[in-house]
Amino acid sequence: MRAIAEGLFTAETPPRLLGGRERATGRVVFPCPAGDACDPVPLAREGRLWSYTVQRYRPKTPPYAGPQAFTPWIVAYVELPGEVIVEARLVDVGFDAVRIGMPVRLVPLALDPEAAEPLAIPAFAPIEGERA
Amino acid sequence: MSDVCIVGIGIHPFGRTDGLSGVDQGVFAVRQALADAGVDWPQIQFAYGSSDAAGNPDTMVDRLGLTGVQFINVRNGCAAGGSALFSAQMAIKSGEFELGLAVGFDKHPRGAFNALPSEYNLPDWYGEAGYMVTTQFFAAKIMRYMHMFGISTETLARVSEKAFRNGAHAPHAWRRQPVPIEEILAAPLVSDPYTKYMFCSPAEGGVALVLASEKKARELGKPLVRLKAATMRTRPPHSFEVFAPSVDVVADDSAPRGTATRIASADAFRLAGMGPGDIDVAQLQDTEAGAEIMHMAENGFCADGDQERWLSEGRTEIGGALPVNTDGGCLACGEPIGASGLRQVYENVVQLRGDGGGRQVPHQPKTAYSHVYGAPGVSAVTILER
Repeated sequence: MRAIAEGLFTAETPPRLLGGRERATGRVVFPCPAGDACDPVPLAREGRLWSYTVQRYRPKTPPYAGPQAFTPWIVAYVELPGEVIVEARLVDVGFDAVRIGMPVRLVPLALDPEAAEPLAIPAFAPIEGERA
Repeated sequence: MSDVCIVGIGIHPFGRTDGLSGVDQGVFAVRQALADAGVDWPQIQFAYGSSDAAGNPDTMVDRLGLTGVQFINVRNGCAAGGSALFSAQMAIKSGEFELGLAVGFDKHPRGAFNALPSEYNLPDWYGEAGYMVTTQFFAAKIMRYMHMFGISTETLARVSEKAFRNGAHAPHAWRRQPVPIEEILAAPLVSDPYTKYMFCSPAEGGVALVLASEKKARELGKPLVRLKAATMRTRPPHSFEVFAPSVDVVADDSAPRGTATRIASADAFRLAGMGPGDIDVAQLQDTEAGAEIMHMAENGFCADGDQERWLSEGRTEIGGALPVNTDGGCLACGEPIGASGLRQVYENVVQLRGDGGGRQVPHQPKTAYSHVYGAPGVSAVTILER
């Protein structure tokens, strides 16, 4: 599956997210900005849920490019220890079972699985058998 | 240095006014404020005008009169109105002018604000993935705050319930029907934990304030409502803001992070020579119910987590220890960005004059506080004293 944008994921299998480390300060950001202020840095695959909400209505198009038929999804902020907190989807968990602090792992997700050529966006899923 | 005084106030009702442009609503407010101050437009020496989406404020000289007046437009995100007011008071404090105007208005399309990634220096994929939605940020921020400090969904609902109940007594409010707390809690979710009654809506409206030097205010014979402090500040490092694809990790994440609000508030109290305990009534940014909760602490009025008790004890009610959002705030009035911060100051002047009618804070309040916060991590605070 092709990524929704260049430079979001590493080329390995399974992939990692690519952040940017600011040359001047060492601060890590996501995604890696264009230009030469940051060096690309692969981010940890696993982290913990920092906060979240559920998107209950279809965002406006443009810019939203997800499926026309809308089902609510979870917007998560995931803390990758010592690196950065990234915004991504959270999947494979019921809305009522989400807990801040729960361990999660990167699992790229198709923005529109029915599309002729689905595009991958960053997403995380709970790690089986681990507790918050 | 002598104080800057607010000698005239005017407002065009908030909400939806089909057929009346944003500028027209601004003009309406200006005429009302001039009449309230007992001055004519040609006496106005300068104006600062704020609007985010409804055109250039200075074009209103067409309607008000081509007096050649200095008129500067301010566009500064959600702090636009506060920035206009700050600039206006500086023009008087500097000694350059003695009578002027701060005016703000706006008119937004229905529904959530529709932002594009390019306007925020973000990549296109961020919008395609569905993240250019302001409600996500507000919801994620309160979700973490509730987790950290034990705030319940019922407390969020109490904020909304109070807003609509107070708004019922404010002629300029948009939503003036009380809504029972059970209905607020049972309403459809927009962004968890918020139901539709817990978010304000983009709206329309206009507010104008006539400002004068103390000497001029005395000449006009107006009761002296003094602007003791007006601050506008931007965000510190590591803050969590709207449209954030990433947030900094910090060594100790168990305490709330720094915000533009904390800086603007602390500086306003320092300038006014007051503390939170000296404030009799407060208007705090309530983009959503949780914002009012978090801003109670960020502005220094209570400790994080105490809001649960404050709300259940009714301490922020009209008759409570610190009445908050006496006109129903953004939840009841809606949010026209350019006018919102000035509406808070309008409401504070009404309260200090004792003109609040059914929403009047008892025992003649002497001090009033206002606070706005919004994208992209900006905040403005004022403190008034009678």
